[in-house]
Amino acid sequence: MIAFDNAAYSYGGGDLLSEVSLRLATGSFHFLTGPSGSGKSTFLKLCYAELLPTSGRVTLFDRDVRGLSRDEVALTRRRIGVVHQDCQFLDHLPLAANVALPLTVAGRNGAVQDLTDLLGWVGLGALAGALPPSLSGGERQRAALARAVIMGPDVILADEPTGNVDWDMSLRLLTLLVELNKMGKTILVATHDLNLIRQAKAQVAARVLRISKRRIQLAGADL
Amino acid sequence: MKRPLAFARGLIATDPQADRVVPPVGASARLTGLVAGAMAFLAVFALALSLAAGRLADRWGDALARTATVRISAPEDQMALQTDAVLAVLTATPGVASARALTIEEQQALLAPWFGPDLPVDALPLPQLIEVVETGAGYDGEGLRQRLAAEAPGAVLDDHDRWRKPLVQAAGRLRTLGWVSMALIGGVVAAMITLAANAALSANAQVIRVLRLVGARDTYIARAFVRRFTLRAFWGAAAGSVAGMIGVALLPRADAAGGFLTGLGFQGAGWLVPLLLPPLAGAVAFVATRTAAFAKLRELT
Repeated sequence: MIAFDNAAYSYGGGDLLSEVSLRLATGSFHFLTGPSGSGKSTFLKLCYAELLPTSGRVTLFDRDVRGLSRDEVALTRRRIGVVHQDCQFLDHLPLAANVALPLTVAGRNGAVQDLTDLLGWVGLGALAGALPPSLSGGERQRAALARAVIMGPDVILADEPTGNVDWDMSLRLLTLLVELNKMGKTILVATHDLNLIRQAKAQVAARVLRISKRRIQLAGADL
Repeated sequence: MKRPLAFARGLIATDPQADRVVPPVGASARLTGLVAGAMAFLAVFALALSLAAGRLADRWGDALARTATVRISAPEDQMALQTDAVLAVLTATPGVASARALTIEEQQALLAPWFGPDLPVDALPLPQLIEVVETGAGYDGEGLRQRLAAEAPGAVLDDHDRWRKPLVQAAGRLRTLGWVSMALIGGVVAAMITLAANAALSANAQVIRVLRLVGARDTYIARAFVRRFTLRAFWGAAAGSVAGMIGVALLPRADAAGGFLTGLGFQGAGWLVPLLLPPLAGAVAFVATRTAAFAKLRELT
């Protein structure tokens, strides 16, 4: 589904990630850990072609990202739901319209029937008409998750989804991600919250990837 | 060619959801409407100038090109003889539809603006004027001059060329000036809308980031901006055109002498021409915004 073959990414100052070779199999659940600035967000951006590897190869759904046209990148992103740490929304649109945005840009406005159910699933049914700036951190995170899954993507990438919420809300978001994984979705969550990872491992067969010295490796059993 | 056409079709098709993805209020979009309106207002006057100059050039060209004058300066005792000879030559010349000698009263009327109505024409050694009207095919001017010189030594053919040419040239240049003004106005509109579109795209970089994150194609994002700017330009230009047409309609009417300034305006179907300005402004905005949008979207990658 998503594969890295000896991929590297470097900014002007030098390599941030190098010799990354891994494969995210369909239906897998991975956590990505590492200290701040280690390249977790960069790795996620490589996973949805916001960044291109400076060397090596990244393939999304068996297509080399370098060979994708701009339109193909857009179409590929419809198969990948992304939850950002800062939950980017269109502040002038109500929550429901923001959550339905992937459908809108794909020209599938008719499928908004399921929107109410989806908002109910993430506990935001009563806030459908609210504008994003009026939402709390947890509500924004759940809304971002709802937006990420509304297209029924094959992969869900979450960048520090619990970074701005309390423990109860973190568990609630984790439960939603576990439910999605049980539906067959491939999940990759970048986080430095080890408690969250331990909690997840109790519910699902999650593997943990750790970024260390610019490389990504499977973490040991100490988690 | 196929892609811009599909893009244009998508632009016309109403998609309220798609329209809403870009924040509704923006100074740059308002500026577009204002600029389009002001420029359309000016364009109406440039059009009026072009069309009026065109009419003037045609009128001067046609009216003077079809007529000529033969002036006979001869001693008094030979004047009648030479006049008859000139009329006989003219009547026999192919391409001359008619020829007649002006009467004393008509010559007096011609001189009245300079010397007043009481001029004693009989007492002055005025030349005899003969008005010549050509057929559509025209006559051989050089041949006619030679025949006149042979039959009536005092006769000089004036085909109005030296008057007509500079007048027609001047009117033609005025017409060109009007069209150049139109082109400049179009260029200014395109430049202003490009700047405004770039400003709007930069101001909405966050919106573009979110749209890309959820899988929006560049075409979709560009269309949201292009549609907005095209419609703003169209309605702005429509308002400006109507205001300009009202202004032209309020100009003084053409007087009997057909003075140029009083004849500045539209006639008949000419009133429909300014109605082309709003779609033209929309088309300019469409091309300018589309070009700017795709360039900016490539830049924002």
